[in-house]
Amino acid sequence: MSAFVNQLDTQGNLKHFLTIEGLSRDLLIDILDRSEAFLGVARQAVKKVPLCKGKVVANLFFENSTRTRTTFELAAKRLSADVLNLNISTSATAKGETLLDTLRNLEAMHVDMFVVRHADSGAAHFIARHADPHVSIINAGDGRHAHPTQGMLDMFTIRQKKPDFAGLTVAIVGDLLHSRVARSQIQALNTLGTGEVRVIAPRTLIPAQAESLGVRVFHSLPDGVRDADVIILLRLQRERMSGALLPSEHEYFRLFGLTEKRLRGAKPDAIVMHPGPINRGVEMDSEVADGPRSVILEQVSNGIAVRMAIMSLCIGTQNLHQSTNNQDQAHG
Amino acid sequence: MAESEYISIRGGRLIDPANGIDAFLDLHIAQGEVVAVGPAPAGFSPDRVLEADGQVVCPGIIDLCARVREPGLEHKATIASETMAAASAGITTLCCPPDTDPVIDTPAVAQLIYQTAQRRGAARVLPAGALTQGLAGKQITEMAALKRAGCPVMSHADRPIANTQVQRRAMEYAASFDLTVFLHPEDAWLREGGCVHEGQVGTRLGLPGIPQAAETVAVARDLALAEQTGARIHFRGLSTARATEMLAEARQRQIAASADVSAHQLILTEADVDGFDANCRVIPPLRTLADRDALRRAVADGTISAICSDHQPHDADAKLAPFPAAAPGMSALETLLPLVLGLVAEGIMDLPTAIARLTWGPAEILGLPLGRLDQGRSADICIFDPQAVWTLTEADLVSRGRNTPFIGRSFQGRVTWTLFQGRVVFRRNREEA
Repeated sequence: MSAFVNQLDTQGNLKHFLTIEGLSRDLLIDILDRSEAFLGVARQAVKKVPLCKGKVVANLFFENSTRTRTTFELAAKRLSADVLNLNISTSATAKGETLLDTLRNLEAMHVDMFVVRHADSGAAHFIARHADPHVSIINAGDGRHAHPTQGMLDMFTIRQKKPDFAGLTVAIVGDLLHSRVARSQIQALNTLGTGEVRVIAPRTLIPAQAESLGVRVFHSLPDGVRDADVIILLRLQRERMSGALLPSEHEYFRLFGLTEKRLRGAKPDAIVMHPGPINRGVEMDSEVADGPRSVILEQVSNGIAVRMAIMSLCIGTQNLHQSTNNQDQAHG
Repeated sequence: MAESEYISIRGGRLIDPANGIDAFLDLHIAQGEVVAVGPAPAGFSPDRVLEADGQVVCPGIIDLCARVREPGLEHKATIASETMAAASAGITTLCCPPDTDPVIDTPAVAQLIYQTAQRRGAARVLPAGALTQGLAGKQITEMAALKRAGCPVMSHADRPIANTQVQRRAMEYAASFDLTVFLHPEDAWLREGGCVHEGQVGTRLGLPGIPQAAETVAVARDLALAEQTGARIHFRGLSTARATEMLAEARQRQIAASADVSAHQLILTEADVDGFDANCRVIPPLRTLADRDALRRAVADGTISAICSDHQPHDADAKLAPFPAAAPGMSALETLLPLVLGLVAEGIMDLPTAIARLTWGPAEILGLPLGRLDQGRSADICIFDPQAVWTLTEADLVSRGRNTPFIGRSFQGRVTWTLFQGRVVFRRNREEA
């Protein structure tokens, strides 16, 4: 049906980045390889490359997030783009302006790329469907659906430490039900051929038919982390304590919080990841968060390189089309 | 349209399930009523003859759930626009749920709807009276007065009554006046916040789910209350396999319960939500293939005795939002018969059974002498060409609501004439057919 939005152009180049679902293993590896190259930019004296010079990137955040927005902003600036930051959660929509009105207004300012975060699942697809065909949309998190750049930066971080996905057991712990990060991670891990993907949480935080995502479901942390190579902890929102999903933070930490002792069940060289921000004493204790297995801060710096890779790929596709159009005009 | 006249419909295949008729028989109409089936009565001389060779002639379709959006939501649709759409789709009677603005909880609103439709004359609109005032689920309405004002049934639209005691009292009070109660079987809490079936597709897309148990819990509760009170209940829009089993079992125990299904539930599944198609956002949500197939079987075997459109025309803006924020419901009058004919083509049921579910079945649920073509009945008639192959385009739609996921779909079978109370209210041009 017409509702489908293709993230790729007819030649298979990345035009939007809305979800990992449906992308090929080769494309994901291409993104990881490019990210590797961009990692060097941060170490240069002048931390800039001119790949997106003259382009305008608008960070369109309908939900607050300082951290994610900042890394997108830095990524765009290092690509030499001009950046607009718009926090719309409280301004326009409160005045009754619709999502499309907001989009149309910004399009009129000749923005080339929208980085969108929104509380509704499917919002990035919706915007991509209605945006001007020359504009690229990057999903920076939509509802519970996807957070594909986070998923890719996590893959990048894993690959840095453990290059062979086929031999890995990855355990994701926490609120799967509400987590867009987990959905993108699971899709990426499975596309990259990860040996085994596990999810660990009480039943209240596991979505229906979770196995259909391609994961093994555990309700016990010691069982789920046994012999794992990678342990990813998900952030637990405070509001989950209301609404009968969980009894208390105390009981959650006692059963599902990662401690040094529990970590001993995993492989000796297992790494610990978290998309941040951490609730110390809820998802894990400080000893683990700040310990030698933790790669949490590397995730943050990798985030900039991975977002540079994805943004430059999409802008590259735009340039390709623009030059073809120009050639057509010259010949026509 | 012409005044009521003397009309003969000749040469068609007459299907009148209530009378067990499926034969090539003529039909004769005078002054709004059927006067004869088969040979014309002595001395009958028609003003007009409809040559129906190759056509199917059947009772006008009765749609148990179609929103006409008037009063209160005229920016979406009006009684005038939607009864015209109904006429073009062979539908002669519409039952509209009480969630208008104001709600149909007073005789004045019921009469307004009934009379506006009467004045337009394209189809009959029957207002379903609200079970509780303002549909707030607290205080029951003056049901006897609503019945006198033309409400054949009581309903709570698609808002469940959370308070079981209120539900019980409303059922008992309605039963005092021999009123059937239309119920939307969804548990108020289990459905909260959900917008798709709780299952594989919802899990993958991260869309909040409504579990099967939202329906089965409500069906179990309401069947128990029907057994307790002896009230006659009708489940509006079943969506799960399990609920059809519960209903069949209850009917065996002589509980006075019936059910219908929305046509789209017999065609689409949760998979159609993929890609975040807001036109597939409906309540109850599209469920699994196994559910859809069980619903088809229940329609074929009569456990579900009516198929309706659940027509919900929207203005374009209502659907221009991310999936969870888009308004639920589809514009469905004009796809009702074509979708059901598709089920006949698939071999799910034969044509007379399909027509029964669109005519006599819903008439029985309403308890009205409609949906059949014996002598003396209102001449509400649908004539369609079962061979006509066509593709639905937005420009085809007569309804103001353009919100249907079936744009671009090919259908076989299309209405050629619709008669309402003996008058031709719709005639498709030959070139269109």
